[in-house]
Amino acid sequence: MTNENLYKYLIRMADNSLIFGHRISEWTGKCPTLEEDIALSNFALDFVGQSRSLYTYAAAIEGKGRDEDQLAYVKLLHDYKNILLLEQPNGDFGYTIMRAFIYSTFMHKFWLKMLNSKDETLAAIAAKSEKEAAYHVRHSAEWVIRLGDGTQESHNRMQTAADEIWRFTAEMFETDEIEMALIADGVAIDPKEIQDEWLSYIQEIFEMATLTLNQDVFMQTGGRSGQHSEYLGYILCELQWVQLTYPNSKW
Amino acid sequence: MYTQALNKKSPKAAAKDELGPEGIKFQKKIDADLKIEPYDFMPAAYRKTLQRQISQHAHSEIVGALPEGNWVTRAPTLKRKAALLAKIQDESGHALYLYSAAETLGMSREEHTDQLLYGTAKYSSIFNYPALTWGDMGTIGWLVDGAAIMNQIPLCRCSYGPYARAMVRVCKEESFHQRQGYDIVNILCNGSKAQFEMAQESLNRFWWPALMMFGPSDGEDLSGDKSNIWKIKRFSNDVLRQRFVNATVPQAHFLGLEIPDAVLKFNEETGNWDFGEMNWSEFFDVIKGNGKCNKERMSVRVQAYEDGAWVREATNVWAKKQADLETPQAAE
Repeated sequence: MTNENLYKYLIRMADNSLIFGHRISEWTGKCPTLEEDIALSNFALDFVGQSRSLYTYAAAIEGKGRDEDQLAYVKLLHDYKNILLLEQPNGDFGYTIMRAFIYSTFMHKFWLKMLNSKDETLAAIAAKSEKEAAYHVRHSAEWVIRLGDGTQESHNRMQTAADEIWRFTAEMFETDEIEMALIADGVAIDPKEIQDEWLSYIQEIFEMATLTLNQDVFMQTGGRSGQHSEYLGYILCELQWVQLTYPNSKW
Repeated sequence: MYTQALNKKSPKAAAKDELGPEGIKFQKKIDADLKIEPYDFMPAAYRKTLQRQISQHAHSEIVGALPEGNWVTRAPTLKRKAALLAKIQDESGHALYLYSAAETLGMSREEHTDQLLYGTAKYSSIFNYPALTWGDMGTIGWLVDGAAIMNQIPLCRCSYGPYARAMVRVCKEESFHQRQGYDIVNILCNGSKAQFEMAQESLNRFWWPALMMFGPSDGEDLSGDKSNIWKIKRFSNDVLRQRFVNATVPQAHFLGLEIPDAVLKFNEETGNWDFGEMNWSEFFDVIKGNGKCNKERMSVRVQAYEDGAWVREATNVWAKKQADLETPQAAE
């Protein structure tokens, strides 16, 4: 492979989109309102779509004739490199929306930076994804405000969600030698560069939502290196089931 | 998706409000192919018929999201996953237009939802059959959405404006759904032996329930039927069912699939495919609540609705807080 670093970088991003899209798609047909059902299906569609672009590009870089589905479906648990945050169960609607808000805020800033990548394909994927992420932020932030400052119950649920989720946020900002090399080449972006603005936006919305940001928690990481929580295995049972039961089939 | 005709006979005798000057004007408009709009006069029975039909149709869309929704996480490729998500999203969209159309007749979405979850409102019984294999995602699109289109195309010309207009877009999307369903089945039939068998097994389970979506036999002559006089129902259940069979049998044969009907035969004289007897006792059992999934479908809907109660309540409270902030305090 001519560019193994780029391949690994793309797989990490693609796995994030795939697993998060999977989780959000579990809401389809079960949301608190019909309008939200349509909106969350849209989130899922956006993330599945992003994963397709990223896997397809990764497959081209790999150059072994594999396609997006082989990269998404046919691999072992430790070969998934998504961050832990995204494989956690949906919890209640509050948890789902809080996670979507925290992650989308990060991704929106991430894609905006990625627009300047020297890699033209990545910059093009960023151009499409940035627009989707902007919508995800707007939608989820409006919910955080309403539910945080709604009833006592909704406030409590949102505060609990924020407290539960925070321990998974540090992993978004991790970098290793693969990324450092790509950052040096102007291909990847350094997530630490967007950390401050990410945090200040979250604080701004939390203030409007009357929520407290409790940052003093022990951070859990490991997904990026394939060290997952127990939840990923169950996702794969569903995700891979048909593919693995009928191997090498066209669908 | 579409709720089947349940053969609720519309009243034959004209009610008092149909015979007065406004009632006569109303019927003249319908006879002239003009649309009835929400603020126009309409007889109480016309309103009630439409309320029942449109809300059943909307309920069918949201319950119909469940058998397919349970396959989103198991879809075998990313492209199929995206298409399935988009299809279900369309169906939730249909439910939205339909509940909105139903609201113009004077009942809120909340009231309709209550009737579905805690009352006796019906939805299409086809969704009380389980979706067991990936083949069912193909068959449901091909047959169930296919049957829906047969039923719904004439509804684009329904006399009630909001319903007819909603149906134009619904039909466009359903037609796309049918093609993507057929595409899934096509790929299965051209795949491995196990995939072909998956398609055939799925067709075997869904064929008869799909035919019964059109409702019990009502002959061909609708004259005297109020729904027909009001231009809500334009063709009988039997006419639409025959059209569906005629369109679908060649599609199955093209794929090498066998229709699970021993007496199916092309009738040279009529140009129709003659088909066997449907199992109406099963149909009525399912309507009564005894289908394989009636209880499961409703319990998922009820659970989703009740789990979301705190969210809906919080948005109302938040909206009220904002309204109170914006309302200037009365001068002391």
